[in-house]
Amino acid sequence: MADLSCKIAGIDSLNPFWLASAPPTDKKYNVVRAFEAGWGGVVWKTLGIDPPVVNVSSRYGAHHDQNRRLLGINNIELISDRPLATNLQEIRECRVEYPDHVIIGSMMAPIEERAWKDLAQQIAESGVHGLELNLGCPHGMCERGMGSAIGQVPEMVEQVTRWVKDAVDIPVFTKLTPNITNILWSAEAALKGGADAVSLINTVNSIVSVDIDNMVPEPVVDGKGTHGGYCGSAVKPIALNMVAEIARTPETRDLEISGIGGITTWKDAVEFMALGSNAVQVCTAAMIYGFRVVDDLIDGMSQWMDDKGYTSVEQFTRAAVPQVSDWNELNMNFDTKAVINPDNCIECGRCHIACEDTSHQAITMTNKPEGGRLFEVVDEECVGCNLCYHICPVPDCITMEPVKPDKPPMTWPEHPLNPMRMAAE
Amino acid sequence: MTTLQAKQVSKSGAVHGGAGHNDADDGFSDLHPAYSTLQAMAESNRCLYCYDAPCVTACPTSIDIPSFIRKISTGNPDGAAKTILSANIMGGTCARACPTEVLCEEACVRNVAEDTAVEIGSLQRYAVDHLMARDLPHPFKRAPKTGKTIAVVGAGPAGLSCAHRAAMLGHDVVVFEAKPKPGGLNEYGLAAYKMTNDFAQREVEFLMGIGGIEIEYNKALGKDINLADLKAKYDAVFVGVGLGSTNDLGLKGEDFPGVDDAITFIEKLRQTEPKSDMPVGEKVIVIGGGNTAIDAAVQAKRLGAEEVTLVYRRGAENMSATEFEQDLAKTNGVVVRYWAKPVAIKANGKLFGMEFEKTELDANGKLVGTGETFDVRADQILKAIGQKIKTDDLAGMEIAGGKIVVDESYQTTAPGVFAGGDCIKSGEDLTVQSVEDGKQAAIAIDAFLKSA
Repeated sequence: MADLSCKIAGIDSLNPFWLASAPPTDKKYNVVRAFEAGWGGVVWKTLGIDPPVVNVSSRYGAHHDQNRRLLGINNIELISDRPLATNLQEIRECRVEYPDHVIIGSMMAPIEERAWKDLAQQIAESGVHGLELNLGCPHGMCERGMGSAIGQVPEMVEQVTRWVKDAVDIPVFTKLTPNITNILWSAEAALKGGADAVSLINTVNSIVSVDIDNMVPEPVVDGKGTHGGYCGSAVKPIALNMVAEIARTPETRDLEISGIGGITTWKDAVEFMALGSNAVQVCTAAMIYGFRVVDDLIDGMSQWMDDKGYTSVEQFTRAAVPQVSDWNELNMNFDTKAVINPDNCIECGRCHIACEDTSHQAITMTNKPEGGRLFEVVDEECVGCNLCYHICPVPDCITMEPVKPDKPPMTWPEHPLNPMRMAAE
Repeated sequence: MTTLQAKQVSKSGAVHGGAGHNDADDGFSDLHPAYSTLQAMAESNRCLYCYDAPCVTACPTSIDIPSFIRKISTGNPDGAAKTILSANIMGGTCARACPTEVLCEEACVRNVAEDTAVEIGSLQRYAVDHLMARDLPHPFKRAPKTGKTIAVVGAGPAGLSCAHRAAMLGHDVVVFEAKPKPGGLNEYGLAAYKMTNDFAQREVEFLMGIGGIEIEYNKALGKDINLADLKAKYDAVFVGVGLGSTNDLGLKGEDFPGVDDAITFIEKLRQTEPKSDMPVGEKVIVIGGGNTAIDAAVQAKRLGAEEVTLVYRRGAENMSATEFEQDLAKTNGVVVRYWAKPVAIKANGKLFGMEFEKTELDANGKLVGTGETFDVRADQILKAIGQKIKTDDLAGMEIAGGKIVVDESYQTTAPGVFAGGDCIKSGEDLTVQSVEDGKQAAIAIDAFLKSA
């Protein structure tokens, strides 16, 4: 079994799987169960200044697929609604009882220097390995000038990070909101403020569904609804891009990254790490299935590492980053074609109708003399878009086969049809 | 998967089967219990929503199966039901009685993908039941009235399907039915465990909701009504009389008490409530290899017959009963004997058995007796060796090969008289084929009336 231990922001962790700051890490009871299940660490649910917030009843909305599998959850819950002293006492106990497991204290305060510094020091004194600054909540707290209200202003991100770094001597993670136009501005601000790492993404601002009988956005609180924070596998692609942008941009690539956003399987975790995350945080998958999902996260990553010959997670961390490019760097002379293996084809016709109606009319359907139907790719029409490959229900029935190149690589800036290039000549 | 497990239990027959069934179950509850919403959701999501789907081609009524299943999966079961019923107004019966394993489900691409078809029949039943359980207006509207009236002979699947479509097209319809109840074989011929809760009658009531259809009962063709009068009185006539007669064994003693046609036995059983009031022999022989033979054998067993022996003159692969039906017989404890033909009915004032001769194929592939005989004891013999048309009622129409001759527009040799269902040669003698015949004949009658 491969060694899954890792280090992020100078903190050693048994494995790269931490539970994100959220309801699953609200109290000692849950955290003990998480550590027992195998999670390497937790980011405690966000602590604020007393008096604690009060939460509403009815808190989660859901985006299901047609088989009622959850693709995403949105929530309108606020930060921890328990007294600060209670949380800190439980953190102390967990630190003593589980000395090998990581606990990060998540925190949030109004945009006042004293408030951030005092709270940071109180939490640090409880023995946490580090602090995570919650600058992301897109609901409720932002209406009080906290959460994403701070995270959406780069100057404030920098300021808050600096205040906390000045106040404590433990690692500081600045947690970034995706509800911005350019993640790099936030990441750079965190870096300037002295952050040891950034955590991203926080939840995506959303309305997840509408109760169409009563015409109210869900979740419904006594006849009304509000926007909430969206999470779960549906947000993974958004998160992956933001992680990759930070990891590949010269101004921000020195930041360590705690990757968050819809991580459900070990493969998701590998992808986040390959694109720049030094470790990952998970929430929704645990909320849907319980803490036991960590078993496959650990086992799946370990098996994969053994298969690939990796002996430490550092060996594949950021391994995909060099291949993340601007569109302008792509080879315009590369050509790939769909190939349908008739032996695997179950004749559902989905590739044909998808290509016929919405793409390039490159898949023909003909009746076979012996009965059944034959689906064939017309190479001259196939642009290599991958649509048929993705919609085919049978694994490995349609493959995309690169055409042997007959021309040297050429980017769009070099392309003869590029008007900008022609103008430059 | 929950769905599959549930179905396997019912398919094994273990929950319903003969002596094994519990007290609350008289052995005639649903063969395939109705889907729960969860089962419908799981199963509908197995459908790949094929384009130009093979299941549609395999359905005699060409129901747009992928579309109706998608509607179930999106939470639109009533829309799914309308998709089904627009092609097959008896989609509810077909969902229960169709041999889906040799029709739509046999064509399902999931058979290739993973050896288990989407359970189209169960999904179809879920959708149609959902719609019928709601007190909604009839889902189809009639075209403006044409002022024409069509006589339909027979209130079975073909006749009622024809009547419904003709009413939709704006014609008025009068249906003449020989029996006291409508539904034809849906009411009198299908096995009780396929048509629970008086479904045949509920379906007819639903179908009549279109309006413009009247049914006159106890009006038999050739007795109470005749073709010439109908032709004179109505603008067109549709004959959907089915097969009114049965084949004989040609043996001495065939009219002996205890020797019955399987369809008569099933008809009586269907009309008996509670089912436990239906008399059945201790040792029963069923002769035949079709679905009617299986239906009779399984139901005799479930009624409490100690021993049921089904005897067929050829091998299992020659039986017209589907593999599923054959398995149903075996799991219900029916003893099946192949390659034997009846040669004598044994009685000494009381029926006590039957003598059979073993059979085989000779060098020319002809079925011949081997000379070797054996006896099977029985106090009841049920014959299921095929039905035939009752020709004497059909004067004026050409009959060939035991079926009414029709052209491609379902018109018989008598002008203005159309026919469909088991009494013509279309596809298999199945409810679903009769529904298709009736529907297509109504469309043809509409064209005929417009051109007249």
